[in-house]
Amino acid sequence: MSILVNRNTRIMTQGITGKTGQFHTRMCRDYANGKDCFVAGVNPKRAGEDFEGIPVFATVKEAKEATGATVSIIYVPPPFAAAAIDEAVDAELDLVICITEGIPVRDMIRTSYRMRGRKTRLIGPNCPGIITPDEIKIGIMPGYIHKKGRIGVVSRSGTLTYEAVAQLMEQGLGQSTCIGIGGDPVNGLRHLDVMKLFNDDDETDAVLMVGEIGGSDEEDCARWARDNIKKPLVGFIAGVTAPQGKRMGHAGAVISGGKGTAQEKLAVMEECGIKVTRNPAEMGKLLKSVLR
Amino acid sequence: MKIHEYQAKEILRGFGVATPRGIACFSVNEAVEAAKKLGGDVWVVKAQIHAGGRGKGGGVKVAKSLEEVKQLAEKMLGMTLVTHQTGPRGQVVRRLLIEQGADIRKEFYIGVTVDRTSRSVCLLASSEGGMDIEEVAARTPERIHKVFIDPVAGLTGQDADDIARRIGIMEPVVGDAAKLLQALYRAFDSIDASLVEINPLVLDAKNHVLALDAKMNFDDNALFRHPDIAALRDLDEEDPAEIEAAEHGLSYISLDGNIGCLVNGAGLAMATMDIIKLYGGNPANFLDVGGGATADKVAEAFKLMLRNPQLQAILVNIFGGIMKCDVIAEGIVAAAREVKLNVPLVVRLEGTNVDLGKNILAESGLPIIPAANMADAAEKAVTAARGSA
Repeated sequence: MSILVNRNTRIMTQGITGKTGQFHTRMCRDYANGKDCFVAGVNPKRAGEDFEGIPVFATVKEAKEATGATVSIIYVPPPFAAAAIDEAVDAELDLVICITEGIPVRDMIRTSYRMRGRKTRLIGPNCPGIITPDEIKIGIMPGYIHKKGRIGVVSRSGTLTYEAVAQLMEQGLGQSTCIGIGGDPVNGLRHLDVMKLFNDDDETDAVLMVGEIGGSDEEDCARWARDNIKKPLVGFIAGVTAPQGKRMGHAGAVISGGKGTAQEKLAVMEECGIKVTRNPAEMGKLLKSVLR
Repeated sequence: MKIHEYQAKEILRGFGVATPRGIACFSVNEAVEAAKKLGGDVWVVKAQIHAGGRGKGGGVKVAKSLEEVKQLAEKMLGMTLVTHQTGPRGQVVRRLLIEQGADIRKEFYIGVTVDRTSRSVCLLASSEGGMDIEEVAARTPERIHKVFIDPVAGLTGQDADDIARRIGIMEPVVGDAAKLLQALYRAFDSIDASLVEINPLVLDAKNHVLALDAKMNFDDNALFRHPDIAALRDLDEEDPAEIEAAEHGLSYISLDGNIGCLVNGAGLAMATMDIIKLYGGNPANFLDVGGGATADKVAEAFKLMLRNPQLQAILVNIFGGIMKCDVIAEGIVAAAREVKLNVPLVVRLEGTNVDLGKNILAESGLPIIPAANMADAAEKAVTAARGSA
């Protein structure tokens, strides 16, 4: 199965006419079944036009009604990105993937508040997106490094996820779905939410969780997994050497008031029975070692 | 972004938060003139640096005469203040705040911050004013009270009253304190702050509620809509290498090791630092060249790392996705030709156009040590750093 997205998913692109939107829409369309999956674009000023054959609509609602798309990917610039998420939520899409980096926290707090009790799920912002290998890629990750398989990957990072995937491939392990949940302090799906989905997915045999300093997502996920996870789970946390109080590139990667350290996260994960490695070169090997 | 106490207080006064009267100064003369202008017979001389813990470090002193103001200003201006937040190198004091002394009856702690778990703004309040709040949280967590704020309704009068009472504010001034708390939240929300901390908030002998100290940090991602706040940035308080990096669109943080790292992506950059440490070395910096790096940007990144006198080796770790390995390779070659590369360079390339990239490096004739994977790269960099030390 995979989680959240597959070859039958129909997607619209918000911000399809910008430079980033154009580039990545092409890359996504050219990956696996992308040609059938990317069916609409949204730009209020360019409605009625098309992007290389993909029709552009004025609103998310119109795009949904005309094409049946239930998922959106957002490349809208930071000052307008939260409003783009709001529009997708109001149009009752199933899933929104927001790639945009640099959205003000204040905007995301309001957007999260609006999303309470609504059906739409959000991945990101400030994330690489989601891929179900050999079926569909909705994001900016290099598609060719992946292969269909039975390992789930969830991570807060971009290139570190590619590194993890490459290590799995070295062990001959393909992936069911890989999700980058993003490096911002206020985001949509968290490690825990994704873990529940992988836990219930028949086609995922084991999960690799890649975390980093800041917040308590990894600990929350670990505490849930201790009592509920039905399959092998391994983890790595980046930032053991990160200094206190400094934002390490990602807006959310910061140790504040002694909280959110990698050491603390690793300790909680181990207490909860999750195998972890402190060596980022051994994520793949570790996962392989726990397969039944 | 951080600002100074005197700047934070000025902003807060604009939102109706009462503070002691004070004047910011850059010289001893200005300090004495400020004290005269403020009048009274007790002043507080406060060192202005972007770090907490100033009192313990000797950066906050009471003066009971103009002569004492002068002596304290002479002593503090130019001194290197070391606190638990500055790190061992400390921070040079270049600005002072001269304030009228307050007659303190009781101290409280107030903080406004983003709570990631609930995805909302949280107001924290405690009767333990003047203390390090992390210490209070560790020792007596029951003395910290929290309100999670609905972004649409804001901090309601009811919630503000409740929390004021819970931290032990006396009944006749609950209303004033509640108004102050509401003003703090309004300030936090309308100027995209990431932290507002009043430690202590005080009740003085005349039953006035005052913000005796103020700390304010801002969400860098929102500064585009607050040019007036962006203008308060004090570059003297920041690391020159980090400022320069930011001008080139690079995310850079100085560390105290000797192995420079150049990586694409924040997570991979942290993991690269971690693996250097794991193999017995010490990273000299965090450096994320970003997803859209050009050869020029890579060259700038090299120059920046090479300016560090501690540097004994460089490790480049690139996982090409959208960013292509050949672009990185060209940047490395260009940088090595432009600046004298006087330390060993270990390069690990993976991902998009990896073979093209490796060819460019091999054909450049530069003494580059290629690495097959992250572990190999870390091992080689650590060995190389030892060899050149």
